[in-house]
Amino acid sequence: MSDAPAASPAPPVPESLGRLALRRFLRHRLALVSIVILLLLTLATLLAPLSRYSPTQQSPKNKLQPPSAQHWFGTDELGRDIFTRILYGGRISLAVGVTSTVLATLLGTLIGAAAGFSGGWLDNLLMRLTDAFLAFPTLFVLILLGALLREYNLVWLGNSVYVVIFILAILSWMWPARLVRGLVLTLREREFICAARALGAGSTRTVLVHILPNCVGPILVSATLETAYAIITESGLSYLGFGVQPPTPSWGNILASGQTHVFFAPWLGIFPGLMIFIAVMCINFIGDGLRDALDPRSIYPTSR
Amino acid sequence: MTTYAIRRILQAIPVILILSACLFFLIRLTPGGPLAAYERNPNISRQQLELMRQKLGLDDPLPVQYVRWLGGVLQGDLGMSIKFRRPVAEMILERVPNTALLVGAAFILTLLIALPVGVLSARKPYSFLDYLFTSLSFMGQSVPIYWLGLVMILIFYVWLNNPFSGAPLMPSGGMYSLGGEKNLLDLLWHLVLPVVTLSLAWAAWYSRFLRASMLDVLHEDYIRTARAKGLVERLVIYKHALRNAVIPLVTMMALDLPSLFSGGLYIETIFSWPGMGRLFWDAARTRDYPVLLGIVVINAVLIVAFNILADLLYARLDPRVRYE
Repeated sequence: MSDAPAASPAPPVPESLGRLALRRFLRHRLALVSIVILLLLTLATLLAPLSRYSPTQQSPKNKLQPPSAQHWFGTDELGRDIFTRILYGGRISLAVGVTSTVLATLLGTLIGAAAGFSGGWLDNLLMRLTDAFLAFPTLFVLILLGALLREYNLVWLGNSVYVVIFILAILSWMWPARLVRGLVLTLREREFICAARALGAGSTRTVLVHILPNCVGPILVSATLETAYAIITESGLSYLGFGVQPPTPSWGNILASGQTHVFFAPWLGIFPGLMIFIAVMCINFIGDGLRDALDPRSIYPTSR
Repeated sequence: MTTYAIRRILQAIPVILILSACLFFLIRLTPGGPLAAYERNPNISRQQLELMRQKLGLDDPLPVQYVRWLGGVLQGDLGMSIKFRRPVAEMILERVPNTALLVGAAFILTLLIALPVGVLSARKPYSFLDYLFTSLSFMGQSVPIYWLGLVMILIFYVWLNNPFSGAPLMPSGGMYSLGGEKNLLDLLWHLVLPVVTLSLAWAAWYSRFLRASMLDVLHEDYIRTARAKGLVERLVIYKHALRNAVIPLVTMMALDLPSLFSGGLYIETIFSWPGMGRLFWDAARTRDYPVLLGIVVINAVLIVAFNILADLLYARLDPRVRYE
């Protein structure tokens, strides 16, 4: 076909951006492996009730047993199977990480889009608010709120898990907000937005239908990395005693309760932390893969 | 530049006021109030409680209490600790040198790790060494620092022994050995594990950051010029590239310094290091709210201060940057 000069080859059908991104993502091997591991981990936590052991039932005669065929990760000072507890704890830790990130991202997107699109005094006000929240000493405020909110009888927040989700979301919406505002500011001036407005689209429609879909990529990347951060923070908070409260297990409080016996029962300290480490690393790799796949600079190869 | 700094400081004031007011009200409105711990204590009579209530002015309207507290803060009075009945400011000041020592030492070690790692990765991107450092830094960014500290204690305190005495190789926490003489050597020995733990985690972030910023700089025209005029590669890298690549890193580190205290909080808690973070954790467990509020406010001020410092530093280091 190279020796047919007259018939110019038909222009290749341009691949859609979504397919292109997917193809690029599938090339990122570490990200793929991470997705598989994370899915298996999630599945395992969902199948936790299949375990022979209860996460809370104590059995003093089995206490502090090292890892064995019966107890894969050993048992704790109350004779509870660590493997089972880690599965149940994983439900909480993963769910808190994802839910708080979703909440923070929704809130951040809303605030960022409103600020970026409307401009003027509203933009100014919302951005000052964002700056204010960014100036909070986050971990200190989290601990203080974690300690405080437990003294209030918050009926609407129920148990400590919801409190943790709530305070994590309240203290992490600022990054998506800044990101979305920046994106909206550049998109707002583009021709297709002008065209949409000229065709009579209202502000809400313009933002929801024309602007936000173009922000999905970067938001997804930032949300992924944010999830990793949320899981580490939740576990840390629970580890310090101000997050998810026992008897509800979470990776952080399993680690905390194991710590007193860690000198002669090291498995109590190793496994819960290892799970946090693995989950967070997988999510970080996925975030990295997504960033590579969705980065417009790498999708459109330029001269540089 | 001065006007810029002043404007930034003026902008920061409402932030700190709002944060402290919100936390102050939240604390005062807790069921039972700040004296709840005393009400549960059978050794304290109703009269004593009433006396304390009056002394602390807890019957005044909340805004009045807040303004009174704020007036105290401006004069360096952060109130009294409920548990220790000592001035909060004094308790915090006692701990500041310990935290500064820990964070400062970790900061230096972080640079000592991150600088060579970042430069080596950027000099030969996608080489074996670069992949090795990249994997290690991904691990460092993903490891929960509180768990890393615990693993460190397991390895160097529980599993490894001093071959001569059979005692644990490294201390598991504290600043000085119990009953020992308080000398500098002992202090440094106790500093090793917490500082190494902190630095490993931080270096993972900063080496990546430096690698990216080195790669950016190495594409600049002035680097090509330097090479074209026949400069030795070593000079190109260290004199021309690194100097420019380090500017955003310095700014970033100045920005991060206060939030590094968070890592310090975990580490101080695990290694029983008597710093500000450990004080905060202890106070949170006993609901010693004046101490908690004091530390939060001090940290908020630090964050704002270091933000401004980072901006000014950036302008100072990079003459292309101008603020008006």
